[in-house]
Amino acid sequence: MTERLETDVAIVGGGIVGGSAALFLTRMGFKVALLERDWCGAKASGVNYGGVRRQGRPPEQLPLSQRSHAIWGRLPELVGIDGEYVRSGHLKLARSEADLASLVAYNKKVEPFGLGLEIIAGEAFRARYPALGDRAVGGSLCPEDGHANPRLVSPAFARAAAKAGAVVREQTPVDHVERTGTGFLLRSGDSLEIRARILLNCSGAWSGRLAESFGEPVPLSSAHPCMAVTEPLPRFLDVNIGVEGGGVYGRQVERGNVVVGGGRGFALDADRARPARNAVLTLMGEAVDLFPQLRHAHVIRTWTGVEGYTPDRNPIIGASATTPGLFHAFGFSGAGFQIGPAVGEALAELVRDGHSSAPLDAFSITRFAKADPALSVAAPAGH
Amino acid sequence: MTDAPVHPPIIVGAGPAGVRAAETLVAAGLRPLVIDEAARWGGQIYRQPPEGFQRPKRALYGFEAGKADALHRAMADILPAVDYRPRSLVWNVENSALDVARDGRSETVPFSHLILAPGATDRVLPFPGWTTPGVFTLGGSQVALKFQGCAVGSRVLFLGTGPLLYLVAYQYAKAGATVAGVLDTSGFADQARAVPGMLRDPATFAKGVYYVGWLRAHGVPVHSGVRPVRIEGADRVEALVWRRNGREQRTACDAVAFGLGLRPETQLADLAGCRFRFDAMDRAWVPERSAAGRTSVAGVYVAGDSAGIAGADAAEMAGERAALALLEDLGRPVDSTRAALLEQNLAASARFRRALTDAFPFPTDWAAAVPDDTPVCRCEEVSAGTLRKAARDGEAAEINRLKALTRVGMGRCQGRMCGAAAAEILSQALGTGPDAVGRLRGQPPVKPLPFSAGILDKEAAP
Amino acid sequence: MPLLQRVAETSRRAVPFVLDGRPCEALEGDTILTALLTNGEQLRRSEFSGQPRAGFCLMGACQDCWVRLEDGRRLRACSNFIEPGMHVVTGAQPGAQP
Repeated sequence: MTERLETDVAIVGGGIVGGSAALFLTRMGFKVALLERDWCGAKASGVNYGGVRRQGRPPEQLPLSQRSHAIWGRLPELVGIDGEYVRSGHLKLARSEADLASLVAYNKKVEPFGLGLEIIAGEAFRARYPALGDRAVGGSLCPEDGHANPRLVSPAFARAAAKAGAVVREQTPVDHVERTGTGFLLRSGDSLEIRARILLNCSGAWSGRLAESFGEPVPLSSAHPCMAVTEPLPRFLDVNIGVEGGGVYGRQVERGNVVVGGGRGFALDADRARPARNAVLTLMGEAVDLFPQLRHAHVIRTWTGVEGYTPDRNPIIGASATTPGLFHAFGFSGAGFQIGPAVGEALAELVRDGHSSAPLDAFSITRFAKADPALSVAAPAGH
Repeated sequence: MTDAPVHPPIIVGAGPAGVRAAETLVAAGLRPLVIDEAARWGGQIYRQPPEGFQRPKRALYGFEAGKADALHRAMADILPAVDYRPRSLVWNVENSALDVARDGRSETVPFSHLILAPGATDRVLPFPGWTTPGVFTLGGSQVALKFQGCAVGSRVLFLGTGPLLYLVAYQYAKAGATVAGVLDTSGFADQARAVPGMLRDPATFAKGVYYVGWLRAHGVPVHSGVRPVRIEGADRVEALVWRRNGREQRTACDAVAFGLGLRPETQLADLAGCRFRFDAMDRAWVPERSAAGRTSVAGVYVAGDSAGIAGADAAEMAGERAALALLEDLGRPVDSTRAALLEQNLAASARFRRALTDAFPFPTDWAAAVPDDTPVCRCEEVSAGTLRKAARDGEAAEINRLKALTRVGMGRCQGRMCGAAAAEILSQALGTGPDAVGRLRGQPPVKPLPFSAGILDKEAAP
Repeated sequence: MPLLQRVAETSRRAVPFVLDGRPCEALEGDTILTALLTNGEQLRRSEFSGQPRAGFCLMGACQDCWVRLEDGRRLRACSNFIEPGMHVVTGAQPGAQP
């Protein structure tokens, strides 16, 4: 028997973006239905590295990122758990003078946003980070950035939304969406039919299909960041580490395990991915090079996820250009965890007010059509 | 097609299944690669002591000495025709190649045909105090004796179910250790009911009867229908408090040897992409396989206890049969009468195995009785209460979700010791069966991998 | 009293090693686990509860018997043999390691 629901807002995708949108909308008094094909927060939102980092983002993301920083600060009040969130600081290392110069340039460029970045170099750097020894000439510290446990945080947003009154359906793939006279009709097999005035497309790496079905193809590709974790080790690292120019990144959690990331996995199928052996071995080599404390340690687990990437590495956030009532938020290109809650809040504002108090112009879905006219196809007639 | 394959066939595991598979491939003129984690071949059941140990096989393997010796000799005879890699851990299967770690280095070894025979380990469920020094698995207790000439304590209590329970207790007593008792979780009625089925294999049945009789005759207390209550002792075992017919009793001991049958090692089959099914008899997920040992992945075969618990004799037959299947798939001539006979004997052994399961049933009521504060996951110390809360709050209805939220099965052992218990506790809390909560996904490395594997890889690169 | 009791194979050559700074003797062919538990009662402490552990499965599955050598190396005690002069450290707690 088909269950039928009427709601104000239907959200496809229960990751950190969809989950927080559901939470904020429900708190604003909207009727919300959140539909997740898997379990909420089980995909990229739940299996990412866990960096909660503003440093390194392009300036256009920083207003949202700053708002998210404030939201993270009241995480327990919002979602009921601390999610192992710590403001450990995020230290971006420069392994050459040129890299240090580019950290200094970034520091200048983002100064108006007030991240509180601090350049530390030379003797001062070695004195402050003896554990990092001489493997960097210096670094840029964002003292209030940090890290959290994505396995716990991301599902908690959807759970909090459910507690606040949202309808949250897991194991519920949406296989049919159409625009109706008054809004949208969504179906999950024969079991569920939802009518909603507003539709939010928050389904991560799988968002492209939904956008395309409304005549907005996006050059979205999937990639699989590779991560590994050690057995619990004595504490030696109290700051989240990145490296200027990319490569390995690492953090040590309260329980002692060191999480490192770098390189790519490979897709098993459309839904699943696994770290690639060469990526794992290279990551291990680079990690032990950066953290000699790991030389006698073991990797006990590796993993990856399926994440949607855009060509310019900026997400797509905002109203559809083809379909009134449709909003997108996806393509976070491996950097959606920290910013996700503010994106959910911005979506809620878009639904309520028609605009968000954070600037979103840089994230318009139309930017790709401008860059590649071939993408600007006419909307298919089916919807 | 009778050309030699591009890559040598690979066998993982040098126990009864792996050795017989290797022997069969060598007889057909192939040179298989045999990769084994142990220093010497034989598997767990026929594990050989280190070089220089003196005891005769009769003392080590009892009634099975002849079989152990035959298996050891079979491998010794084919060694020149085999690429044998002992002390080597297969930590990953990816894209028709294995990753093999040995002495801190990792090597990628491509394959076209792979026989997985990594065996099984004890199946365990938690009870209060089960992480206390002095509590060992039944199989581990046997390894201590057979491989190291040691008893796990001076007064050892045996707890659990399955044929191994009485065998190891008997071996301990024969070796001069004090056996404080044998506490069988199965009931006398279970065993009586299973007698007709067990008589399908009169020799094995007779051995079982012999061990029990011998133990009783030598004054060892033997009780059935037992459930453990708690270990006493903080830093080491001082006693086990147990319950039978609603009455609590206490047995002083300094070690407990504990096991509830065996659980298959299936991580590599999982990484190889094999389809799995829930086996009601093993109460576990096992790779789907044909009677010949073919899995759902072409060129990947499973044999022995890793494909479903069937014991050493069946493992020898399954190893040979899987190797014949591999040869058939290479287009080589194969003795089809022999293949058919092996399948027939394997089917008979499966029927006997069913009777054994009846005689030594899995204690399905155990999980519900585990107190909330008892650790289920030894690695991450996740308690039964944490798992129940996640189930009760509707946060986890599936085992990988439970893992993500609670860390159960996330530690060093990747759920080998807690996976069965977590599935039992979750399904009991949800009011379903253990088949309904799914199976823990395997993740490379299947066992801890030293960082040196990455360093050396980098140095080896141009 | 040590946890493990030798009941056979006792005529092997002695192997000197150091356990938590104390000179000890094992026998040739002993695993590190056997060497430690015939000289003591535990292999390590849990990183989380601090409770003592002494191994469990003895066949490389449970990963409960990892020990640390003084030089920083970490070994699974049940599947590595004791070597003359090895310095093994038990009771390792997070933070105790240099």
